Amino acid sequence: MLLTTGILGAILTANVALGNAATGNAAFRAYAASLNAASAHKNKTIPAFARKYGLRCSACHTAWPELNAFGQAFRDNGYQLGNERDSPIFQNPSYWPATVRITPQVHEESTTNQVVDATPGDSSIKVERRLTTHGADLSGMDFWTAGTLYKNISFVVLFSSDNLASFHFEAAWLRFDNLANSPWLNVKVGKFELDNLISEKRFLFLSNNGGLYQSYHFAPLGDNNGFGIGDNQLGVELAGHNVGSYTRYSASILSSSDGNPGLVTGNSYDGYFTFSQAFQVPSLGVQRIGAYYYLGQMPTVYRTSGGAPIAGSGVDNKSFYRVGLAGDLFAGPIEVMPFYMHGRDDPYLGTSTPGNQVLPTGARGPQWNAEFVETHEYLNSRFVLTQRAEFVRMALQAIPGTPTNVGDIDAYSLGGRWMPFMFSRAGLALHAEYSLVRTVGNVPLSGDGVGLPPLTPTTNVWSSSLLFAFDFAF
Amino acid sequence: MRLLWITLVAGAVGTAHAQPSILGGTREDFRRYCSGCHGNAGDAQGENADYVDPKPRDFTLATFKCRSTPSGTLPTDDDLYRTIKRGIVNSNMPSWKPLPDETVMALVQYIKTFSPRWKTEKAGAPISIPAEPAVTTDDILAGRALFQKMECWKCHGPEGRGNGPSASTLTDSKDQPIKPFNFAASSRFKCGSTNEDLYKIFMTGLDGTPMPSFADNFKGDDAWHLVHFLRTLQQEERPEKVVWQQWLATHPGQLKPIGPDGSGQ
Repeated sequence: MLLTTGILGAILTANVALGNAATGNAAFRAYAASLNAASAHKNKTIPAFARKYGLRCSACHTAWPELNAFGQAFRDNGYQLGNERDSPIFQNPSYWPATVRITPQVHEESTTNQVVDATPGDSSIKVERRLTTHGADLSGMDFWTAGTLYKNISFVVLFSSDNLASFHFEAAWLRFDNLANSPWLNVKVGKFELDNLISEKRFLFLSNNGGLYQSYHFAPLGDNNGFGIGDNQLGVELAGHNVGSYTRYSASILSSSDGNPGLVTGNSYDGYFTFSQAFQVPSLGVQRIGAYYYLGQMPTVYRTSGGAPIAGSGVDNKSFYRVGLAGDLFAGPIEVMPFYMHGRDDPYLGTSTPGNQVLPTGARGPQWNAEFVETHEYLNSRFVLTQRAEFVRMALQAIPGTPTNVGDIDAYSLGGRWMPFMFSRAGLALHAEYSLVRTVGNVPLSGDGVGLPPLTPTTNVWSSSLLFAFDFAF
Repeated sequence: MRLLWITLVAGAVGTAHAQPSILGGTREDFRRYCSGCHGNAGDAQGENADYVDPKPRDFTLATFKCRSTPSGTLPTDDDLYRTIKRGIVNSNMPSWKPLPDETVMALVQYIKTFSPRWKTEKAGAPISIPAEPAVTTDDILAGRALFQKMECWKCHGPEGRGNGPSASTLTDSKDQPIKPFNFAASSRFKCGSTNEDLYKIFMTGLDGTPMPSFADNFKGDDAWHLVHFLRTLQQEERPEKVVWQQWLATHPGQLKPIGPDGSGQ
């Protein structure tokens, strides 16, 4: 994944190029997307907490970095165990709440129907070819500092880099926990992960194709809405839970910038609302189901200077929403995570049309449905097998007459992750994964950053990733 | 929806041989959640044991602080279950409340495999707890007198701050330094947060620590008196504290100090 948001930026740029009326707005969207193009891991795990509390990684993670019920409660409580030892004053002064994670790897990426010059160096004739690359590589790096400033005041500062060590703030927030001595009132301010029941930040896939949920970043062909529900966002979150975190809710007000700092879009805000309930089923384990709703808007017109859009000057906001259900279900050592999303963008976003211009004839707000089921089998506390099957289907194309399947995605991933040791200082996982993605007429929402749309919009593009990696965190 | 069913079926392929067992099994769960401090052999020699204060329980000794059973006896399964679910305040033992009940029950049984005591002895019979009397000034004064008479102040300090003259000399049954409870700094106790939990601590003691059982010393409602008095030492606003502060406001200077020269009244 490893640069997945960078790839998304490229996708967005390509989408913009494909869309109609790609104007200053499109250029700006590409610029905004490029700001997001330096991600390291999406996956998060924090051995600093294990060191602070003397707990093994496995206490909080089913298999790191995915949280188990205990880890979820710990996180919901502001990275506190609630044993009156959470304030840093109780730590040895030499303790520094820092964690670093990086993943040396060997991987192969292969994508069909890539548009290339028929003769290298001669761009006059284009043909489609399969492009395959492989070799030793490096992921980006995460450098975490996280913990508590005081009892019931927690924080995260996460510096993430790409594999060229270009850093950005992937997350940076302050949280006031247990306000009025109630776990139902916690306020977080800054840049943070949305309260998704199935976290893309703490999941068990790393490959270029599999290391992201297609559903979390999907945009229809020609749509210039760069929002992804899997992207960290800037804003304020009110969240709460009962003791043990079986019942949880969150409500967020977010800048409509898809998490890019600098007030890049202007004066619009989004809202995100989640609720989930967990319950115990005898012999099976803790089951959690939940719902979410994201209502957002994006400016479509920017003032320009010399033809270039001026950041923060966005107007003519157009709306979009994402709504759906998710679950995290256990059957003993088997974990099954179903997910469903329905998405809709405004016709202006769906056709990349500035709000001060006329829509293409018959333009409609594109709609789509996305679904996946992810399964983990925990053979023991150090070995997990994973699989995921994911589908995105267009329900309504923005431009009438567009084939109904253009933009559809099928994605499959299989993997295994073995932690050769398990203790409370550091983590190491040997990771193997194969992922395969089919996209129709669009750039693969995956790949190694060289994905290009095919020559015809109904062509199936297949992209595969094979990864062997040493994933470690200290 | 058709697609969702397809994906569910795809997921179900992987679950076809799912068995109704705890994630990875009880031994795996113990290693997952407990071994870091308690050690794989339950001997309190986990990799974190050296850095944990107070030290983790040594399950091979089968000596437990939080019990409903008389001092020196084994706890009930429910005692162990509650301890795991509740955690132990002011220690590194967290509340494992989010874990499935079955997992915790299985861990209780697994913990009992570390000591042969569980094969030769049965758990003690839970003590009976009489109904809690109403909080009165006389009741609190009686508790204060007991606090003096039983020399609780020697460890816990005259104001219950855990700073009595003996505090720095205390060790547990493994000769590890141990601090007496500071009533002023916490709203919860080692073995619970209710008055009943505190009552049980007096009457069963915290085995493995210097905190004895007063079951042979207390008569009638003595333990309840002490419970109510100790509640007045805590920071939080409680009924006992309200009653006590009202009495103090109307009886200035009438109390003799608690301590070596005091009478507690």
